[in-house]
Amino acid sequence: MKILVCISTVPDTTSKINFVDENRAFDTQGVTFIINPNDEFGLTRAIWFQQKEGAEVTVVTVGDSSCEPILRKCLAIGADRAIRIDTVPQDGLSVASQLADLAKREAFDLIITGRESIDYNGGMVGAMLATFLKIPYLANCIHIEKEGDRYNLEREMDGGKELLNGSLPLVIGAQKGLVEEKDLIIPNMRGIMQARQKPLDVIQPQEIKVATAVESFEKPPAKGPVKLIDPTNIEGLIDLLQNEAKVL
Amino acid sequence: MSVIVYIESQDQEIKKSSLEVASYGRAIADASGTELIAVSFGLDDTSILKHYGVDLIYAISTEEEVYFNSDRLSTTLAKIASEEGSQIIVFSSSANARYIAPLTAAKYEAAYFSNVIGLPLSYKPLTVKRSCFTNKAFNLSTSQKDLAVLSLSSNSFGIIEKEGKGLSKSSAYQESTSDLKVRSVEKTANKVTIADADIVVSGGRGLKGPEHWHLIEDLANVLGAATACSKPVSDMGWRPHSEHVGQTGKPVASNLYIAIGVSGAIQHLAGINSSKVKVVINNDPEAPFFKAADYGIVGDAFEVVPTLIEKLKALKGV
Ligand SMILES: Cc1cc2nc3c(=O)[nH]c(=O)nc-3n(C[C@H](O)[C@H](O)[C@H](O)COP(=O)(O)OP(=O)(O)OC[C@H]3O[C@@H](n4cnc5c(N)ncnc54)[C@H](O)[C@@H]3O)c2cc1C
Ligand SMILES: Nc1ncnc2c1ncn2[C@@H]1O[C@H](COP(=O)(O)O)[C@@H](O)[C@H]1O
Repeated sequence: MKILVCISTVPDTTSKINFVDENRAFDTQGVTFIINPNDEFGLTRAIWFQQKEGAEVTVVTVGDSSCEPILRKCLAIGADRAIRIDTVPQDGLSVASQLADLAKREAFDLIITGRESIDYNGGMVGAMLATFLKIPYLANCIHIEKEGDRYNLEREMDGGKELLNGSLPLVIGAQKGLVEEKDLIIPNMRGIMQARQKPLDVIQPQEIKVATAVESFEKPPAKGPVKLIDPTNIEGLIDLLQNEAKVL
Repeated sequence: MSVIVYIESQDQEIKKSSLEVASYGRAIADASGTELIAVSFGLDDTSILKHYGVDLIYAISTEEEVYFNSDRLSTTLAKIASEEGSQIIVFSSSANARYIAPLTAAKYEAAYFSNVIGLPLSYKPLTVKRSCFTNKAFNLSTSQKDLAVLSLSSNSFGIIEKEGKGLSKSSAYQESTSDLKVRSVEKTANKVTIADADIVVSGGRGLKGPEHWHLIEDLANVLGAATACSKPVSDMGWRPHSEHVGQTGKPVASNLYIAIGVSGAIQHLAGINSSKVKVVINNDPEAPFFKAADYGIVGDAFEVVPTLIEKLKALKGV
């Protein structure tokens, strides 16, 4: 079984988001970058397939050399090899088409993307990649387990979950639930040492396809102060919600 | 030339988010002088769509099919869009809609914009404002393609009644070659979902344990609200994953968000920021959530919430 885990490098969840270059670019000053949390759940699930079923786990990112520490971290977590496609992503379609070119050259059985990246929040790369490869995509995947030569899967939906069955190849959109928070693998010293010896190949992009362009960024307007209501005056709160905010 | 909207329903009732999408589609069709087409699946009565501006309705019959089939739905939508020469296809931001929107877009390598928060700022080229960095910022994005697919963020446009032509047309439900099959669906019993809710009541670690969640549920019941929770609450198994909201959980864009015993960590706020009105009940006046809230009560949840439930019940006469 060959697994490809698509890794997006995103600002740490506590980062203050600011923009430079007349609001045309994200200000990376002082920002720590992490593995996109949804991708980390996917990577952990892939490592379980590696440990239980001898799967080979490849991680890939589309990005410049600043993404390499994150790929090394994935190797330290346990991935067998890493690939960096050397181009700065322009939009979801550009990323998906580069990943599709790679996946067409190497036959992966299971491709794991995150449900969405927490920076761009496109929620599109997995679906587009699957479409380009003409294989199925399962969004919001919270379970994948082998049964015979097929797989049982679960998708979280609004108000419940869906139980599915399918065969490989397949693309899934990982999120919390696929593995639990407590099961995330923190790289140990041995993992970090081994990661240095593992291959990290840099490959050139194929034809670049783009569908959208970000023109500029904006921050939400500053919020006014909170209106505090005395805990003995619950009627006061209800009144404000009814007559001022008009939400009841 | 036309605008297409994808209509979702539950138990034969059109979802409110789909009426919002239709209203939004109508406004785009008006601005660009084209027709508004609605596509629904397995829905018997589509007559109300006419009153939300729809000119042409494709009510696709899905035969025996009871389950959501992402492949058949996206293929059918893409085919209609191509036959109708549509420039824009609009989806809601429900989990199902956000599943099939990028699948539909990818079939034509179309431009795809999720989390769109208002009408396009321009049409040539198409420019939209969307939220990014999990609601910590917005970006203005333009399309470089003739076909654009949009997912509209909930409650960002509103529902507007307007008469459309309300004609109908039929089309086949496209077959699927995928062998990914739904075996069954497990629904959380009769509950309002976070994605559809006007009001969301959320509980954090301040509630001390799952045995106190009747406070959250009772308050949600009297308000007709969905229930939600912070990440540690679902990590500890007090509540199901599907209720975890925030940067790494579900996004919330309700009209009213009530947070009880939630500190307001940056990752929590990121996911709920686009809710219109935020109420916080927390016994620590220094809790960061007060800075992000519209209304706040500094008090003990175990005292404040039962009173709130009681007063609301009296008000609603239940
Ligand atoms: C990578 C990453 C991603 C994350 N993603 C998310 C996310 O998506 N969503 C999310 O929610 N969190 C997320 N977190 C966690 C986040 O940082 C906080 O730890 C979490 O939101 C805190 O949850 P809480 O407010 O329930 O608990 P606490 O921070 O423990 O807050 C409990 C609050 O309850 C109050 N309280 C206590 N007793 C009472 C009482 N009797 N009455 C009233 N109030 C009371 C306290 O004053 C306190 O403010 C993430 C963290 C990381 C590192
Ligand atoms: N630059 C990238 N390189 C590799 N994978 C990516 C990249 N950007 C996004 N992805 C994958 O696609 C998923 C969804 O991203 P998005 O569509 O941007 O929300 C992420 O969770 C990653 O798995």
